[in-house]
Amino acid sequence: MSGILTYALHYQGAFNKNSLGAVSEGARLAQQLGVESAAVVVGGDDVTEEMCASLGQYGAQKVFRANAPEGLGAPVVDVMATLIQERGYRYALFGGGLLGFEIGAGLTARLRAGVTMEVTRVKVQDGKLVAERPILQDSAIVDSGYVNEPGIIIGRLNAFEISPAADGASAEVETLDVQLSEWSTKARMVQRGEQRGEQVNIEDADVLVAGGRGLGKAEGFEMAEELAEALGGAVAATRAVVDAGWYSYSAQIGQTGKTVAPKLYLAAGISGAIQHKVGMQASENIVAINKDPNAPIFEFSDLGVVGDLNKILPKLTAAVKAAKGG
Amino acid sequence: MKICVLVKEVPDAAVEKRMDPNTKRIDRSGEKNLNPFDTHAIEAAMQVKEGGIVDVDEVVAVTMGPETAVRALHKAVSLGADRSVHLTDPSLAGSDCCATGYALARVLEQEAPDLVLLGQQSDDGECYTMGAIIADHLRMPSLTQVIKMDVQEGSLRCERQAEYGYDTVEIDLPAVISVGDAINEPRYPSLKAIMGAKKKPLESKSTADAAIETDRVGEPGSQTAVLAINPPPAKQAGEIIEDEDTDETIQKIMSWMDERKLLA
Ligand SMILES: Cc1cc2nc3c(=O)[nH]c(=O)nc-3n(C[C@H](O)[C@H](O)[C@H](O)COP(=O)(O)OP(=O)(O)OC[C@H]3O[C@@H](n4cnc5c(N)ncnc54)[C@H](O)[C@@H]3O)c2cc1C
Repeated sequence: MSGILTYALHYQGAFNKNSLGAVSEGARLAQQLGVESAAVVVGGDDVTEEMCASLGQYGAQKVFRANAPEGLGAPVVDVMATLIQERGYRYALFGGGLLGFEIGAGLTARLRAGVTMEVTRVKVQDGKLVAERPILQDSAIVDSGYVNEPGIIIGRLNAFEISPAADGASAEVETLDVQLSEWSTKARMVQRGEQRGEQVNIEDADVLVAGGRGLGKAEGFEMAEELAEALGGAVAATRAVVDAGWYSYSAQIGQTGKTVAPKLYLAAGISGAIQHKVGMQASENIVAINKDPNAPIFEFSDLGVVGDLNKILPKLTAAVKAAKGG
Repeated sequence: MKICVLVKEVPDAAVEKRMDPNTKRIDRSGEKNLNPFDTHAIEAAMQVKEGGIVDVDEVVAVTMGPETAVRALHKAVSLGADRSVHLTDPSLAGSDCCATGYALARVLEQEAPDLVLLGQQSDDGECYTMGAIIADHLRMPSLTQVIKMDVQEGSLRCERQAEYGYDTVEIDLPAVISVGDAINEPRYPSLKAIMGAKKKPLESKSTADAAIETDRVGEPGSQTAVLAINPPPAKQAGEIIEDEDTDETIQKIMSWMDERKLLA
């Protein structure tokens, strides 16, 4: 029986980690429901049969390979809507990120389907899926059920764990020809995945000093760099400052950036938006400096300092240097 | 060219939000602000209008919400919109994303805009899917989280950050674009514009006016149901230092880090 259809995003020959997590989650849920777990891969010649079959290692039993432009939402909506309508999939599942939100939203409209986004957990109740979704800055968790099927589930970044099913397991691959809707062809990718700013490695650092809009301007990052250097760590950033061109995209933490878990994560002038939090909440020690006592980041920091970073950062850098004998 | 900007009234960020345990909806009493993310969408519309590359006949602010939501429309008009449309009907209360997107799409269909703009997210619902829902109903191409938008005759060139870096996408008009907050620095309304806002045309529409099938909206028309609301897992509260004497603050931070062997 058709069950759960998971979207597997890929780029430059590799599947997205959050998509692999979603494929694993889809397989786990399908097993509990006693239905088939399938995945869908969209793209051109870069999508090989072998690559699709490899999703079997994460529990997908069936993989649909569709020839359509990858990287934009609408063509994938066409592919998944056709599959759901023709083969009766009961749920569509997406890992955290951005594209999955756009595709899931499109399916919601196309199929008049219920959607739950930012889902952190999915459970089976009475033979149906129920999605847990934190709301109001994570101060409450709603159990969201679906009145009708299909239901659309869009995961939060890193919500679903990757669990390899069986070594070498391979999924059955079916190639599809899907007619794209007229409006899907009206958006064209000119350039994908442009890296802005220099390449830096924040994923392997034990200490990260993360800077946000509170640093005031691009030059404000010098204070963060000096503290990071004193602590023997690297500098990370929020989307707000990367979009503003103050810092490199490769240093961005969060939903459309990196996921990190250093020993020490120190935030300077960061509000603590959910989309940032999802990329760093596994850090061992979280310190936040923010002048607004109501900043959401204080809800999940181990040490919160309410104050002006312009006063605190330089003195902290000096103290760290002194303590380290430098 | 005609631009519609979707706006929403949200609870003031400073007011603590909560779920109403009886209705299982977000308690929206005391809401009084235009969603801050929407001011970027209005500004984007104004920049297209003032940019001189295309002729913009009008900018129309559109909202769905209870009676009080006219305040969001007044604010939108004070920021430059020429007129506004207010979809309001008791039957819309309790609509989920799917139902809200459908209802707004019906209103937009009647306006037949060349460009629909909206903010990257709403401050309260934490949902960033509305643009893509509406676009599919309107059979228009769309893109969300756009931080640069260049208008050409008949198309747009947009940039946005996605999972792998920045994408540049060309989109034919008509289109639906949700803009990120980095796209511009919204202007402040002039006193004159604030005073004049209430005099600009404001049309109120019921579901019947907008040809909305009422069984597709409100709580009965919603496709998701809130089955339960639970508190998050308990987490130990962090320590807080108020910086009064900075030297003392530094000492406290240092000993906190030292205790955890973070200075080794
Ligand atoms: C789909 C989507 C994806 C996203 N992906 C990401 C992502 O990957 N990563 C990410 O980070 N964000 C992401 N965002 C954006 C996110 O929602 C926030 O807008 C962003 O994280 C805010 O960055 P910020 O904290 O630097 O800025 P702000 O929210 O503006 O916060 C600045 C903070 O600095 C404080 N401050 C100001 N001056 C001082 C001072 N002198 N001293 C001390 N404190 C000061 C202020 O009190 C404020 O709290 C995404 C959003 C969406 C909708």
